[in-house]
Amino acid sequence: MAWNGALPNIRAWPDAAGIGSIALTILAGYLVFPDDLALLARILATSLLVVSLDLLVGFCGIITLGQAALFGAGAYAAGIAAVRGLSEPFSLLAIGAAAGGLTGLVSGAIILRAHGLAQLVLSIAFAQLLAETANKASWLTGGSDGLSGIAPAPLFGEFRFDLLGRTGYLFSAAVLIAVLAVLRAIAGSPFGLLCRGIRADPVRVRAMGVSVYPALLKMYIISGIVAGVGGALSAITTQVVGLDSVGFDLSASALVMLVLGGAGSLYGALLGTVTFMLFQHFVSAENPFHWLTLVGVLLIAVVLIAPRGLAGAARTIASRLVARWHPQASR
Amino acid sequence: MRTVLSIGVDAIAYGMVLFVITIGLSLTMGLMRIVNLAHGAFAMVGGYVASYATRSLGLDYAAAIAIAVAATVVIAAPIERLLYRPIYGAKDALPQVLMTIGITFCVVGIANFVFGPTLKTIPLPPSLSQPVDLGFRSIAGHRLFVIAAGSAIALGLWLLIERTEFGIKLRAAVDDTAMAAALGVRTQTIYTLSFALAVALAAFGGVIGAEMLPVEPYYALRYMVTFLVVVSVGGAGSIWGALCACLLLGAIDTSARYLVPDLGEFFFYFAVLAIVCFFPRGLFGRAP
Repeated sequence: MAWNGALPNIRAWPDAAGIGSIALTILAGYLVFPDDLALLARILATSLLVVSLDLLVGFCGIITLGQAALFGAGAYAAGIAAVRGLSEPFSLLAIGAAAGGLTGLVSGAIILRAHGLAQLVLSIAFAQLLAETANKASWLTGGSDGLSGIAPAPLFGEFRFDLLGRTGYLFSAAVLIAVLAVLRAIAGSPFGLLCRGIRADPVRVRAMGVSVYPALLKMYIISGIVAGVGGALSAITTQVVGLDSVGFDLSASALVMLVLGGAGSLYGALLGTVTFMLFQHFVSAENPFHWLTLVGVLLIAVVLIAPRGLAGAARTIASRLVARWHPQASR
Repeated sequence: MRTVLSIGVDAIAYGMVLFVITIGLSLTMGLMRIVNLAHGAFAMVGGYVASYATRSLGLDYAAAIAIAVAATVVIAAPIERLLYRPIYGAKDALPQVLMTIGITFCVVGIANFVFGPTLKTIPLPPSLSQPVDLGFRSIAGHRLFVIAAGSAIALGLWLLIERTEFGIKLRAAVDDTAMAAALGVRTQTIYTLSFALAVALAAFGGVIGAEMLPVEPYYALRYMVTFLVVVSVGGAGSIWGALCACLLLGAIDTSARYLVPDLGEFFFYFAVLAIVCFFPRGLFGRAP
């Protein structure tokens, strides 16, 4: 066990490059669009939700239309804590992560009992139940008015979360990058590979002597933590939490963003989120129904033409180009 | 006693609307093994066409229903051929979910582009809008009509599936598509016909249920979850399962709305969670 060989290092190299280029892109966003940092910060928080969904859909093959439950649990937990007087940003993140992880444990324990249609319906029902609770418990959550009055303390006691959203954006960026680094490590670990194995063929994995349910539940908890951190980030940066953060629309949009970008690599989730939310920002403002039609056409096109999303399509094109110029290098 | 009766009538009527809309979904899910989230979109198309026919063309209710059903089937036919066929029987449910969500989005976007994003009302004929006197109590005529229509459809479908040659072929295809095809059943034709039937029922349900499920711009998305949940509780492919599930969930939802309005849909989804958790194949679903 002590000797790990050189393999992890080789595996780590493209990850360092990937995460480095993401960090550069985020920094470029900060320098090029200093007036739209609020929108960009929202994209970063949503990225965490979509990445957490990728852990379930892309790695484990679990289909859920209730991922917003985990995100919303984190957002509401952090928001409620902030309104009740705890305002230190890192503590709020920790509270969001804990709430997300706990919700992941409970919902995963229920949802993973079923398969196919029943699984989908359980995930929806759980999220709707949570949304209805948030709606009705207005003394705690603000109900349909949303939870406002969240005032996070300055970061490190120094940098205030101001109206321009500089602190919020850079804080979100740092959290996203840290989470991505951890998740790529988990994805490359034996546990991550086990999950991919379960996705490919659960019967065979079971025949190898592995219990599938606990492994999937563990991934569900991790996914809940990531989504909860995303929710807490959104509560901190936007300083409001509304019912839309637990709603069915957000769950469905997250799935759309994920498949648009391409499931199973974490990077595709980021690509999908950025593309979707930028388009949404510009087209949806014009006419919400044109926006719906456009998303619908995109989804149909993804299923028929590019089942592995934008990231998969880019990879295919890149490998074709490589094959053209270096025929020997291609497999 | 009065409250119990009026809750009862409303609950049964609501359950019957759910039944008429979702029975087609249940049959196609059982037959084609497809998770179809776009079913509500076809009910919505029916509602939009019926509203246009009565409001703008001045047709009467029965003609509007006929036109709505026919138009929806005509619209759905190319969608089935081009978009549904590639995803029938896929091993992984994800492409089906995505494709049918995509179709729903397109239908919502295009329908509101063509007809305008407003609430669509379908005026009832006088014979249905008046209360019917039952001797000891009067009941809204429309509720009785819906209950009668739902019962007639349940009976008709049962006869179709259990007593006709088409029904035999349909059941054979549900049980084992490959074997049915090997024995000479044209499964593709069966698929197309049952899809058309499902869409026609959805459109019919969308029109007659407009009093309880108002036809509005986001209809297909708002009730997508409800329809899917009902089918899952009933068990895909079973008429009696679907009927029981619709009446049960209709009763839970309606009585919760009357008795504890503060809790809203809480009871509905709690019941769904409990039922699906203990009966993952639905109340009357069979093992695959």
